[in-house]
Amino acid sequence: MNLYEKFLHIDRRYIFIFVALGVIIPLIWPLGLAVTTSPPVENVYKAIEELEPGTPVLVSVDYDPSTQPELSPMTVAVLRHCFYRDLPVIITVLHPGGPGLALEISDRISKEMGATYGEDYVFLGYKVGGSAVILSMGQDFQVSFPADYFNTPIDDIPLMKNVRNYNDVGLVITMSGSTYPEVWVAYAHERYGQKIAAGVTAVMAADYYPFLQTGQLVGLIGGLKGAAEYEKLIERPDDGLKGMDAQTIVHLFVVLMILLGNLAFFFVKRAKKREAA
Amino acid sequence: MHISTDIWIWIAAILTLCIYSFLYKDNPFYKFAEHLLVGVSAGYFFVIYFWNLVVPNLLTPLKTGFGTLFSGGGFTGDLAALVPGILGLIILTRLIPKIAWMSRWAIGFYFGAFQGIIITGYMQAYILAQIYGTFMKGADPVFSIAYFGNFFGDPSWGKVLLAVSGPLMIVGVICTLTYFFFSTEHKGFVGGVAKIGIVFLMIGFGASFGYTVMARVSLLIGRLQFLLRDWLGIIS
Repeated sequence: MNLYEKFLHIDRRYIFIFVALGVIIPLIWPLGLAVTTSPPVENVYKAIEELEPGTPVLVSVDYDPSTQPELSPMTVAVLRHCFYRDLPVIITVLHPGGPGLALEISDRISKEMGATYGEDYVFLGYKVGGSAVILSMGQDFQVSFPADYFNTPIDDIPLMKNVRNYNDVGLVITMSGSTYPEVWVAYAHERYGQKIAAGVTAVMAADYYPFLQTGQLVGLIGGLKGAAEYEKLIERPDDGLKGMDAQTIVHLFVVLMILLGNLAFFFVKRAKKREAA
Repeated sequence: MHISTDIWIWIAAILTLCIYSFLYKDNPFYKFAEHLLVGVSAGYFFVIYFWNLVVPNLLTPLKTGFGTLFSGGGFTGDLAALVPGILGLIILTRLIPKIAWMSRWAIGFYFGAFQGIIITGYMQAYILAQIYGTFMKGADPVFSIAYFGNFFGDPSWGKVLLAVSGPLMIVGVICTLTYFFFSTEHKGFVGGVAKIGIVFLMIGFGASFGYTVMARVSLLIGRLQFLLRDWLGIIS
């Protein structure tokens, strides 16, 4: 077995070790590699910047712990941006695995930013129904969310007194690890003309570019890279930017493995042809 | 280095290591963590759906409705919850082979209602808006001879991209759709167009694969940040 054949039959556990080292080393000793911003993320940032202070933003935490490492950094960054800009935040959850995550993030960021519950933000909790919930919020939030997560009637919450339906919300941002952005586009945007932005996992990001072209999404934050870009835009580095060194190193390693694997494959194939001749 | 003293952090860290031990080979620690995850998830979702779906949409209205009825207040709208309640119970007849056919009523009702809700929204979002978006961006066409004129008048990367991207997208959509058109054999002109469609599909799959690698690495980064920061306290 020559070198190329050995490479093609390398024990995959060696690759796992290199990937693990490629993540651990930059996390302990950051390299500070540059991160550039892209138009889809910049457009989410601009959509929030363009809102008048006091305009409510609805952030829908539509994901569960399986996608938390990608989506929580962008949720945190968007909440910080809204609080910087004095935009009241209405937090909803359409995924059954999301309430705990949304509660933890809203608690942590509101304390950090000095935001007051009921005035600067409100957590309406989880509601079963997906499309039906999105449709009903277009008529009246009261229908889907008569009370917040803590069972306080929304009529008694100062922030919600002037919010009846989407007409009173400047922007909806859905953070999703599944197909919720499509549902928001189909019902909140197409039916009620609501501006929608989405934060999605990297796996899903390519699927949502057509919605940017048509203007059905005003912007898109895709994966940890998108979160890092948003952190750069608001000048508040956190988990997104911290993870980008590791992301870059592992990507280079994967590209190298693909190139070497293909080269080895073709060399072995050519050698076998020569032997046969 | 400040190792966590929180018992839950330790449990989460040990379970994470149990799951990652599968990378070496299948073992009892991995099996334990896997079964625990499935069991806890099933229990969690049962409780969430019971308290967020069954209680507010079925039990509470029925309690109110029957309370009013038995106290002499007559029938109220709350008792309408009986209809979805009975349909929901009918689905369970699938567990009894002799009357399993009854479950089709509930499934048929659900399918019909759901289709009614989604068809209009999805037709607009997925078909009409996307067809429009293939040829127009806002009020401007994606393809115009004027874009090429602008480029040749004052060449720049932005102008060449604007001129070329529109036609490229239109050609890509037509060729890809042709690949999925199976009523004509893919030979001759149609076969050639379909082959170009395959090239566009491969580029799309390549972009998705790149994003997928990024997503999986992000999950690993998230777990290792947890282990190194929250558990071992090595990083800040």
